[in-house]
This record gives sequence, structure tokens and C-alpha cells, in this order.
Amino acid sequence: MNRQLEDTREDEIKQEDEIYRENILDHYRNPHNSRILKDPDISRIEFNPLCGDQIHLFLKIQNGSIRDAAFQGIGCAISQASASMLTDRVKGMPLDQAKRMGREDIVSMLAIPISAVRMKCASLSLKALHNGIEEWENKK
Amino acid sequence: MEAFNAEKIRKDFPLLRKGIVYLDNAATTQKPLQVINAISEYYTEYNANIHRGVYAISVRSTTAYEEAHQKAANFINASIEEVIFTPGTTGSLNMLAYTLVPTLKPGDEIVLTEMEHHSNLVPWQQLAKERGLAVRFIPLAKDMTLDMAKAEKLITDKTRIVSVTHMSNALGTITPIQEIAELCRRHGALLVVDGAQSIPHMKIDVKALNCDFFAFSAHKLFGPTGLGVLYGKKEHLKNMKPFLYGGDMIREVRFEDSTWNDLPWKFEAGTPDISGAIGFAASLDYISRIGMEHIHSYESELLDYCLTELRKIEGITLYGPGSYGPGSGKQGPIISFNLDGIHAHDVATILDREHIAIRGGHHCAMPLMKKLGISGTSRISLAFYNTKEDIDRAVRALRRAREVFSR
Repeated sequence: MNRQLEDTREDEIKQEDEIYRENILDHYRNPHNSRILKDPDISRIEFNPLCGDQIHLFLKIQNGSIRDAAFQGIGCAISQASASMLTDRVKGMPLDQAKRMGREDIVSMLAIPISAVRMKCASLSLKALHNGIEEWENKK
Repeated sequence: MEAFNAEKIRKDFPLLRKGIVYLDNAATTQKPLQVINAISEYYTEYNANIHRGVYAISVRSTTAYEEAHQKAANFINASIEEVIFTPGTTGSLNMLAYTLVPTLKPGDEIVLTEMEHHSNLVPWQQLAKERGLAVRFIPLAKDMTLDMAKAEKLITDKTRIVSVTHMSNALGTITPIQEIAELCRRHGALLVVDGAQSIPHMKIDVKALNCDFFAFSAHKLFGPTGLGVLYGKKEHLKNMKPFLYGGDMIREVRFEDSTWNDLPWKFEAGTPDISGAIGFAASLDYISRIGMEHIHSYESELLDYCLTELRKIEGITLYGPGSYGPGSGKQGPIISFNLDGIHAHDVATILDREHIAIRGGHHCAMPLMKKLGISGTSRISLAFYNTKEDIDRAVRALRRAREVFSR
């Protein structure tokens, strides 16, 4: 192994602890809002064929805002933790604001560096949110 | 031939010198300088189209391109007429499916296995669907080998095509091709073999395998991406329609009709991947110098070591035939596993932090993963430049992954 790599390795191992920090592992092991919503207004399944992550997002809508949010999912720690955090975040949020949420919001919620490849995992629940709202609005 | 020396071999691979532990060889292999230099030499010294010019550099590129076919033919014990260059294994299998399936009649059947890569499943599935033909799948036995008793029942007089992997990219399972060939002969079916994973690890002799077609890619064999081979028995290729029409594949064109070039050029329309072919020839030379028998025995030792070390990790589940005892020819150096409670992608991310490249996911074998009741696996796949130290480092990192997730 060359010297430069050896030097950066120490840092990166620290970073590794960072990417699977307690907060993310907590959400992964004990996801918030992990349940099926009865009679949801929005029910949207998104699938990440890259690694087999799956998120089923449920939303209750009232007066243009998200009254309740829940999800069921399988997959890696990043995808499941971000769904847990996102459902927490969007409760009570106006739909217009939810539609404007972007990848940067996911990254700031997770508070870890996300590589381009893992972004697909991290933003799966966001995709379900956007596509679910769009589908619901088109139906109206 | 000199004794096998992995440390010495590693020096030929620029990327390995950078300190990466590369254990994703089933996805693609690293390239030795000999291959990189051959490609560079073509572009700097004799870049010219083939089969056209009479000038010196075109003669040189034509000779090199044709020589690459001869080397590929020698490598698998075929004749040059039987070796078609394609864009890769996926290209080879699609070309075959598009050409063969339309010749089938109602009631004919196609037989695959449950462990096929999507590239040896979807083309047959979709073309069969268009014609309303049945596709049957040979299941795996409990020990993750192909269930040959079921194969005997599934391959019948209705079966026209049997297309099977030689080595599963998801499990490492080695298919008993000769036994399947025997069943095919008995029922008059064509045998297609997806050799993408077997070719870097074992000596391939298409005559001994007794298959009708054999497909593989150069990039999994230490050569460049974008180039593959379709071997076909001459008797079949003579009667088959060309895959693509265009330049170089014709003998004579009139406004009303055309006739085709000799084999194998009849199947290679347009300007081919000349630099790729030249790089591929260099990779075949490189492997031949090391010797397939040396590679095979060294890799068998590495595989056994890897299985032994992985088994020691608490909470690990191994999926290939080798997890049921020593490999004994049933599994190639591809090892699929899961760590209890950790998704394969999280495992791969943690290993990546230590510059260890392994694969996590469904390995383009989604129906198989579903059957196993998992969303994916972590996969270590070895090449002859890997060492026991590579495996030790991966195993240490896997233990760290368990620590991170059990905090």
C-alpha cells in the first residue's frame, strides 16, 4: 500500500464510524412511523433495483397539508433511516413545501457524506413522497 | 513455464499497485499493463480500419484483428470460423435469442436455470413471450447445485433450446455442462452456455463441453470492456441468419439482394472494436503465459482459504455449494454471503472505507434472490492476483462491520 493511502486510511476509518453514526443506526433499528396507515390518501411504493431497497410510503392529507405519515420498508441502513427521518419531518408540512424538498434536505437530515451511488438509497423515500403527491394531485 | 507467483503478477496491474484490495472480479477484472499498452500501441502506431485499405497500417490492423480471433479460438479449442466478436456476453446472448427463437414453432420450449443472470433470462423470456412459447427453469437443489434430477424431467422432446450459466455470478455454483449436453443430445435441443464467469477460472474446451454455443466477455478476462465472444458450432453458424446487416459482413450487394461474407465475418457488420480486439488478444497471451492450470490450482486454494476464514465470522450465512463442505469442483471463486442484521450495501460501504472493493446487491439475479428469500448478498469474487492477505483484510473489515452495527 502506498504511503498516501495509508495516511488517508486512518481518517477514512473515522469517517466510516461517522457514516454509521448512532443516530442513523437508531433510526435503522427502531424506525419511526414504521406502520401501515389505514385509508391513506397517498400510498406509494418505490423500489431501488440497484440494491433491492423498498419503501412503501403512506400519507394522510388534510387542508393541503400532510396530517400523518408512515412507511413500511426493507433495505439498507441508509434507505430505512432516511425514510424514518423523512416521515418525522413531513408531518404537518404543507404539500407545496413537501414538493420542494430535495436531496440536500435528505443529506442534511442524515448529516453524513453520501456518495453518488448511495444517494439512490438515501433519496428513495423522497422519491416516494414526490411521486405519491404527484399521483394524488393528478387524480384529483 | 515459471512457477506461479501472485506477488510478481500483481506488479503488472497498475490499479492494484495503488493499494486497493479488489475483490469484485466477477463484475470486471483489472487490466495488466500488457493489455493497456497493446491498446495504446494500436492507436499510436497503426490505427486504421480493417478489411479495407491496402496500405501498410491497415494491413497491420487487419492482421492483428484476425489474429485476435485465432487466439480466442485457440483459447477455447474452436476454429477461427466459429468465433464471432460481439459487444459482450449480453450482446452474444441477445443476438442468439433474436436469431434462434423466431425459428421455433408453437409448442417448442426453452429451458433455463433459476440462477441465470438477467442477461441469460430476459432475452429468452421476452422473445418466447412474443411467440407464446413456454420457458422452463431448472431449480437448485438444497446444496445450491443444479438439481439434475429435475433437469432430466424438464428437458424433453419439446425442448429446442437449453441456455445455462457455466458458473453462477451470484452463488459461484458450477453447472455440470457435459451432463446437460448429454440430455440435450438425447432430445435434440441446442445447448447455449453463458461462460462469462467460468472463463477466467477454468480451462474451457468447447468440444469437450459438447455445447453448441458459448458466450463470454473480454473484460472479465483481464481484457478491455465492450468486447465479447460468441462461439458457435460451424454447422449452426453456416445456416443462421446474420445478426446485423451492413458493411464488412457482405460478399456481394445488388439492389435486389445480397450474399454474405465467410464465417465468422458474416456476423460482424460495421467497423468492429478493433482496439478492444487487440487488447483482448494481449490478455489471452498474458493468461496463456501464466497458464490456466496454474491459475486454477492457485484460485482453488484461495477459495478454500476464503470459505474457511468467512465461516469463522459469527452471524455469517454463506450461500454457495462450498458452504456445504469443501468446494470440490462445485463452486468457483465467487462467494456470496450475508452478515446477520446488516444489509449487503452497508457491508460494502464499510469495506469501501478501507479500500476493499466487494459487491453488494442482487447481482442481476432477482428471481434467484426472491427464491432464496433475500433482497441481496455481499459477494467476494477472486482472481489470480488476489492473495490470502487480501482475504484477511476483508475478513477483518467484515468483523468491524459487525462491531459497527452491534454498538
